[in-house]
Amino acid sequence: MSAITPERTGVTTQAIEGGQPVRLAPNYWPFVVPALVVVGAVIVFPWAFTLWMSVNRWTLGQSRSFAGMENYLRLASDARFWESLWHTLTYTFLSVAAPMVLGTIAALIFDARFPLRGLLRAVFVMPMMATPVAVALVWTMMFHPQLGVLNYLLSLVGIPAQEWIFNANTVIPSLVAVETWQWTPLVMLIVLGGLASVPREPFESAEIDGANVWQQFRYLTLPMIAPFLMIAVIIRSIDALKSFDIIYAMTQGGPGTASETINIYLYNTAFSYYDIGYGSAMAVVFFVVIVALSFILLMLRQRSRWIDQEGK
Amino acid sequence: MSSRILNRIGLFFAALVLVSPAILFFLWMISLSLKFEIDNGAYPPILIPERLAWSNYAKVFEENNFLLYLWNSVLVTGTATLLALLIGVPAGYGIARLKAERSAVVIMIARMTPGLSYLIPLFLLFQWLGILGTLWPQIIIHLVVTVPIVVWVMIGYFETTPMELEEAANIDGASAWQVFRLVALPIAKPGIVVAFILSVIFSWNNFVFGVVLASRETRTLPVAVYNMLSYEQVSWGPLAAAALVVTLPVLVLTMFAQRQIVAGLTAGAVKGG
Repeated sequence: MSAITPERTGVTTQAIEGGQPVRLAPNYWPFVVPALVVVGAVIVFPWAFTLWMSVNRWTLGQSRSFAGMENYLRLASDARFWESLWHTLTYTFLSVAAPMVLGTIAALIFDARFPLRGLLRAVFVMPMMATPVAVALVWTMMFHPQLGVLNYLLSLVGIPAQEWIFNANTVIPSLVAVETWQWTPLVMLIVLGGLASVPREPFESAEIDGANVWQQFRYLTLPMIAPFLMIAVIIRSIDALKSFDIIYAMTQGGPGTASETINIYLYNTAFSYYDIGYGSAMAVVFFVVIVALSFILLMLRQRSRWIDQEGK
Repeated sequence: MSSRILNRIGLFFAALVLVSPAILFFLWMISLSLKFEIDNGAYPPILIPERLAWSNYAKVFEENNFLLYLWNSVLVTGTATLLALLIGVPAGYGIARLKAERSAVVIMIARMTPGLSYLIPLFLLFQWLGILGTLWPQIIIHLVVTVPIVVWVMIGYFETTPMELEEAANIDGASAWQVFRLVALPIAKPGIVVAFILSVIFSWNNFVFGVVLASRETRTLPVAVYNMLSYEQVSWGPLAAAALVVTLPVLVLTMFAQRQIVAGLTAGAVKGG
């Protein structure tokens, strides 16, 4: 936090030796203040207000009263909440695992040289930038059991028609497929950045020693890109946990509550039933889950970084 | 020599397989948007119809107030991005120079927080202020998306720009503001472009804020498209056309600014961990 940086101190000492007047380090705080005010108003204030609302009994349009821990206790015994937590964890696990595997493979391929690489990579990145609602809408049409193109494609290879998002058993995997389709490119880009920093020499000597492609990947590439994989896992986990657009636009948590994640349940509680107090308690718990998970992953990353440095 | 060529052709086909879901999706999206109802309901499905239904696009704009929603989207994304640049670029500079990396943790946590948890308190605040029927609630809440992106990208950028020029200007008696305005800012232009593009894309794509805060007149495009799906009609042609209209600006931007987006996202991501 100190305003006097090593470089700056170096400069001032030089200035003193040169016999010039000593200049203080420039004051950088005024640059940050406007952003602090805005962040305080639209980010920190909502956090604090949510915390306060979560200890109140408050349905919109009715009077508010202090409730203490009541909302949290209600949450603990709310079967629908536990179910939604389970959905969230399943959805998140699958939406991290699938893009990680596919994204890493894609990065290994796009790291090599081949014809039309630039063009193909540009197309590969497009899903990530497409508007999620528009994506969800077109996927909904493709998932249509009778008229959808996906069941037609399956029938070409002899697989029976699926009900996709319209069946409680297949709705989460189907949504994960869309999430994977959209976010594998981000994993690819991060891992590709890692691959770009991998040195050539170890591979040359490994090749001379007769290591095959898999051994080179397993014992050279993988350890060297591990920190980047970890970053990708962290980012993907956070995004998958809070996924809303695709699920809401495609199923609204249905059929029934089969794909209702915490985020969707939270939305319904706060903006369909207008139960602000209970919704806020849910938001607080959800927030704690996300932050806890992120910090666990960050600690893992820190450890892998130490191991990495020791290795050097 | 020939094995190397074979190798490259093999890689090309492997890449083609990986890209095929994206290609198929966008082709099918275009196909859906250009077919009449009868062709969209055909089995087996038709990729290229005999007659192209350009009228689907006309329908989208005629029947759904789409021009208004397009304008709303432009206003919300434009204002939220400009405001974010105005406060976020100096903030990124300040944080980078103060080496106050820990203050960036706030921005990290902001990225982790689900958008919905901002919505409940800010919804009440906007209601209390009596501005719910206007575009302002959406502009303000989009700052939750745009400010962290801009600050994040700019911290990363200013950390890499050389200090020597600034120090020289400083010794020559320039104020901190002059150093920023005349020395740091001109060098940082590429970083600002990256921040601008990413901010525009993520604000434009945002759905969750609009679905709660928008009224009939203040819908942005993603909300308008969603509402077409749920209430107003079920014919696929116009729906797909609307989806394409919403996402086309972003896709065009992605195509043209590919390099900046990749640089910004990976830098942000790598720093973001």
